[in-house]
Amino acid sequence: MREFELVIIGGGPAGMAAAVAARKQGIGNIVIFERGDELGGILNQCIHNGFGLHTFKEELTGPEYAERYSDQVKELGIPVELGTMVLDLNADKELSIISRTRGAETVKAKAVILAMGCRERPRGALGIAGFRPQGIYTAGTAQKLVNCEGVVPGKEVVILGSGDIGLIMARRMTLEGAKVKAVVELMPYSSGLKRNIVQCLDDYGIPLMLSHTVVDIKGKEKLEGVTVAAVDEKNTPIPGTEEYFPCDTLLLSCGLIPENELSKTAGVELSPLTNGPSVDESLETNIEGVFACGNVLHVHDLVDFVSEEANRAGENAAEYIKGKPASPGVPVEVKPGFGVRYTVPSKLYIESVNDSVHIRFRVTGVFKGAAIAVTSGGEEIFRKRGRIFVPSEMQDIVIKKDKLADVSGTIEVKVEEAAK
Amino acid sequence: MFDVVVIGAGASGCAVARELSRFEVSVCVVERESDVCEGTSKANSAIVHAGFDAVPGTLKAKLNVRGSKMMPELSRQLDFQFKNNGALVLCFDEAQISGLEELAERGRQNGVEGVRVISGDEARRLEPALTDEVAAALYAPTSGIVCPFEMTLAFAENALANGAEFRLSTCVTGIEKSENGYTVHTDKGDIEAKTVVNAAGVYADKLHAMVSKTPMKIIPRRGEYMLLDREAGGLVSHTVFQQPTKMGKGILVTPTVHGNLLLGPTAEDIDDKENTATTRQGLAEVRAKAGLSVKGIPFGKVITGFTGLRAVGDTHDFIIRECEDAPGFIDVAGIESPGLSSAPAIGEYVREIIAGIIPLTEKKNYISTRKGITKFASLSEEEKNELIKRDPDYGAVVCRCETVTMGEIKEAIDRPLGATTLDGVKRRTRAGMGRCQAGFCSPVTISLIAEKLGIGLLDVRKNGVYDKPESEAKGNA
Amino acid sequence: MTRELTCIGCPMGCELTVEIENGEAVSVTGNTCKIGENYAKTEVSAPVRTVTTTALTEEGKPVPVKTAGNIPKGKIFEVVDAVKGVKVKLPVKTGEVILADAAGTGVDVIATKTVS
Repeated sequence: MREFELVIIGGGPAGMAAAVAARKQGIGNIVIFERGDELGGILNQCIHNGFGLHTFKEELTGPEYAERYSDQVKELGIPVELGTMVLDLNADKELSIISRTRGAETVKAKAVILAMGCRERPRGALGIAGFRPQGIYTAGTAQKLVNCEGVVPGKEVVILGSGDIGLIMARRMTLEGAKVKAVVELMPYSSGLKRNIVQCLDDYGIPLMLSHTVVDIKGKEKLEGVTVAAVDEKNTPIPGTEEYFPCDTLLLSCGLIPENELSKTAGVELSPLTNGPSVDESLETNIEGVFACGNVLHVHDLVDFVSEEANRAGENAAEYIKGKPASPGVPVEVKPGFGVRYTVPSKLYIESVNDSVHIRFRVTGVFKGAAIAVTSGGEEIFRKRGRIFVPSEMQDIVIKKDKLADVSGTIEVKVEEAAK
Repeated sequence: MFDVVVIGAGASGCAVARELSRFEVSVCVVERESDVCEGTSKANSAIVHAGFDAVPGTLKAKLNVRGSKMMPELSRQLDFQFKNNGALVLCFDEAQISGLEELAERGRQNGVEGVRVISGDEARRLEPALTDEVAAALYAPTSGIVCPFEMTLAFAENALANGAEFRLSTCVTGIEKSENGYTVHTDKGDIEAKTVVNAAGVYADKLHAMVSKTPMKIIPRRGEYMLLDREAGGLVSHTVFQQPTKMGKGILVTPTVHGNLLLGPTAEDIDDKENTATTRQGLAEVRAKAGLSVKGIPFGKVITGFTGLRAVGDTHDFIIRECEDAPGFIDVAGIESPGLSSAPAIGEYVREIIAGIIPLTEKKNYISTRKGITKFASLSEEEKNELIKRDPDYGAVVCRCETVTMGEIKEAIDRPLGATTLDGVKRRTRAGMGRCQAGFCSPVTISLIAEKLGIGLLDVRKNGVYDKPESEAKGNA
Repeated sequence: MTRELTCIGCPMGCELTVEIENGEAVSVTGNTCKIGENYAKTEVSAPVRTVTTTALTEEGKPVPVKTAGNIPKGKIFEVVDAVKGVKVKLPVKTGEVILADAAGTGVDVIATKTVS
């Protein structure tokens, strides 16, 4: 059985950054298992720009960003096994893998970094009624077809969901000659970045229909059109508001789900709030030596934040491999309070915090002129004002270790609304 | 001139073809869709009913019990998935326990083994997720679950291996009495037949009317379903019914042979034989009623919804007989539930009718078994290794949700009666059947189909009939 | 006159207020960095964009490309069309010019991925 100090599952932005960080910390025996036939993961199909402003201080496209990291992986001589699928992971950190070249085998790792990314929510999970014809794709699948296969799947398009991939695909399909008739969003706000609404929709005169949804799908074999209706505050369609859009393509951009099937086989505890592993400040799961980072942990909107997080996971895994003692004491629970959907990490071993700790979270709605407050036992330990907090932007706050000195029990992260 | 033309390649039609292919007769199956198992057979509860539900003395009762008894052996011979998981019929009101007793008695009369009424608590011991409202249940240990796609395909492939001919993407446009039997007109030319088996599902009445003046009406009864992720499949181990009404067996909650959880169906008689759309109300009804039987159904794990049309006859029994005013024309109509369970027995029953028209002698070189597509995920590490060594395509996972390899997808496309559509691949291999619903695997599956058919990526269909023969579409021969 | 803009310079999406006189920005508020100010100034006078698309190789496979700098917003479709006329010869390296002076913009279109 082959044995590794560190196995990284997934060669996307998270896996690559984690590998690079661990190698820089002196870990020699690393391998990246990547199911695709190249490194980079989903970045390879994200040919638009807007990546890397934090990490490289310049604006890159997805493939360029991926190449910056895959070049480092190469330079550092980190072994990568492409076309390799991990079928099973157990709590002893044994992995069943298969590939064309090596067949099926079981390998063992001292530490594992989960970096499998996420998948898109499919139509069935959205409960849209109607037929099931050809012409309905998740936005990411369409993106792959257009950007990697050179195939444009339709001419008249409606997009349900205003996630970033949906917005990006609205522009991409338009540039490829398709007519994008509308982007339909159930919520009263977009789940995509504001800049993408400007440069992907407004630039091309594509209407964004907030508080609307698709209520019917017409066409038995091939999509003929969709019916869109306004929804009330309970997201129930309002009768009489229906509008029919003839189209041959419906793209879905309705959320991403961390892909944790392997984590589950290993017994990794998942958070019902993120659908990703519950981790502590070192991004370690409940299973010793198993770390998680990137979209498998929680869905990010910026790859730069993925890389930063993965970098920490790689460093912490290296520490673990080098024999850093298990985190001492009882962890402090980190809880989402008012206006906060989740926090990563969900627990903190304060003694293990080096000089500061990142807490990442998303807010539950649009908050203008509000503040983020972090409290413990009624004491405020952190506060940050912002002009606007929106659910589409992951928040990242850094709390200095000295602020944590007197903390015990729980830490709450909440939104404090501006006085009316 | 064929001895028998079977119209419709659903479970019944394919079962008939397979049964006939054991004998020295020429058989041709005509199907308007591009694949077998495209109508009622593909969208149902996938249950092999024990047989307690049908009224004693009916064809439904007789063929259901017979079919259900044939199923375990058949599934081994023809390599399709069947599991004897047992069923519970729930009663929520003590006053209606007599209804369960009646069902049990029907079961005994129909020859179903082991049916008995148990208390609510006993039922909850068998199935801990049942709600507290369950007052009593009928327990039917012989009930089972099956993969309807695999079963139908297995019948078809086995029939093909034994010489039956399949004409897919061929729509029957008319049937006329001829000198020696019938001329079946299709959009791809005429087919001559001594006898015709009408297994056309919801269209059986239309075909019947082409040759017979006797009245027949088939009403499409719409049934909507929700399918949940395999993670939810363990919620129940038995098939959980509610007490039946005149519209059918009610909303059930059942595991599938592949480990998903299936909820449904609704029951709504409609006019449109093509209307397989789901509705908001229908899906809401499935949700609400399934929740009466089983608690803690994780609706967040729904991966798809679908609709099936049951072919409900006006006699409320299967209509399987030679038309009195059209000798040699055999209706296999009104095959609603328990049609899937009865399919193998329907095959036998139709064969007996045909034997009264055409003398049947058994084939000497009949092939009784069929090997299904490799199920890579279920193999041991050694077996996987061997397979990958033989063909590296089995080392490339295409569908990550269901662990389906490129080798399996190529098998599905390359086999006789191979898949030509995305749905065809999905039904044969489960690629695209999982939680991401083909998001990740479809680009690869599309290229594999395109390559095989020699067409462009955009021309690959999800379902349905290719407009032109592939050579024309490609612009050369 | 004033115009409200959302900055596209980075993912923050600052809400900008621009005072315009004679088609020129005279003041920009709401920005949190220099990028916002520059964006607002060009956006109200002569808006520009970076274009990303794909070019096809001789074998018909797509290679991702972008304009090496900003081009006038009104030229986006012309640039995309010009790229469609290119047949990329493999191998190609990130940064390699695949179309010089695209659609007369003076800006090159470059590959954004190394493909061999």
